[in-house]
Amino acid sequence: MHDDTAYSALSEEHEDDARWAYGTGFHDPLHGIDTTVPEGVDGAELGAYCLALGDDALISAQRLAEWCARAPDLEEEMALANIGLDLLGQARMLYTRAGQADGSGRDEDDLAYFRDPAEFRNVRLAELPNGDFAFTIVRLLALSAWRLAVFTRLTASPDPVLAAVAAKGVKELAYHRQYAAEWAVRLGDGTEESRRRMVRAMEEVAPYLEELYAAETCTTIGEEVEAVLRQVAGEAGLAWPRVRPLPGSGRDGGHTEHLAPLLAELQGTARAFPGAAW
Amino acid sequence: MSDAGTELYEVFVRGKRGLNHVHVGSLRAADPRMALTRARDLYTRRNEGVSIWVVRSADITASTPDEKDPFFAPSGDKVYRHPTFYAIPDDVPHI
Repeated sequence: MHDDTAYSALSEEHEDDARWAYGTGFHDPLHGIDTTVPEGVDGAELGAYCLALGDDALISAQRLAEWCARAPDLEEEMALANIGLDLLGQARMLYTRAGQADGSGRDEDDLAYFRDPAEFRNVRLAELPNGDFAFTIVRLLALSAWRLAVFTRLTASPDPVLAAVAAKGVKELAYHRQYAAEWAVRLGDGTEESRRRMVRAMEEVAPYLEELYAAETCTTIGEEVEAVLRQVAGEAGLAWPRVRPLPGSGRDGGHTEHLAPLLAELQGTARAFPGAAW
Repeated sequence: MSDAGTELYEVFVRGKRGLNHVHVGSLRAADPRMALTRARDLYTRRNEGVSIWVVRSADITASTPDEKDPFFAPSGDKVYRHPTFYAIPDDVPHI
């Protein structure tokens, strides 16, 4: 992943429009930002927090990537992969920040590929298997609504790097939430079969939501997310279910049996060929 | 994949320094909003665009190859239609 120079190669403005179709004007969201941990911020705490947010993104990205060649059609496959790549980008920046802040000097690859399942801190909702398209959509709706609420607040973080990562992320997450909400309405208000699957998916996702809200100290996030979920369900002609929350949290290292196989696939190549470059 | 319930749409993207929307391809979608979302995901992944139009392919009325000569050949020899006799000031862009 030696793409550090990719930005500079692509960010040059081109005089002619001959290359417009390939896209130009890329920029590095962290360009020029001081990476020193600011005065008054606990480096270990900041590192652990960035690690957890990075884990949510990496595990979600991996699940979304599993849709490649399996999505309902080519356009949705591309859409889900795009969302996964947004999240992978967030994970990379958050891991890099985690390694800087906690003083361990670990880089993004160390953190993504060389930790065992019990060391991961992602919420359990992210690691659940993809299920059907309805489950993937409802999970994406819940995770992106929650992450958008969290990132919106993080744009005011005392850590300038985390604030910059969040500022970039909110635009991506707003699209993810919009994409999921459009599909949720389409499926809920669609055929009898799509509606049945939506109802089941909401019942499967709902028990994991309390874990998301408990992961943040800000108490208004839960209300904000619930309001979004109720609104989308209402548009779809459905009611967001009331369920008993599942105890436990991935933030404490408590995971489902689904995380280990996911990581085995994700980490296999990097562990078989340590230091491999491509 | 099934095409059931979907229609073909043509996608036009305006680049950052482009003044006009340019046809970039087509896709299938169930409704215009889905077409727009899919166009965003399929055709603007590499930072190409600032605006997207989608149009139902069926709504486009096009000239046919049979009409090529009567349509276009008559203008082939009328060079005087080009405004080559005017001096264009250097500071007027986009002419």
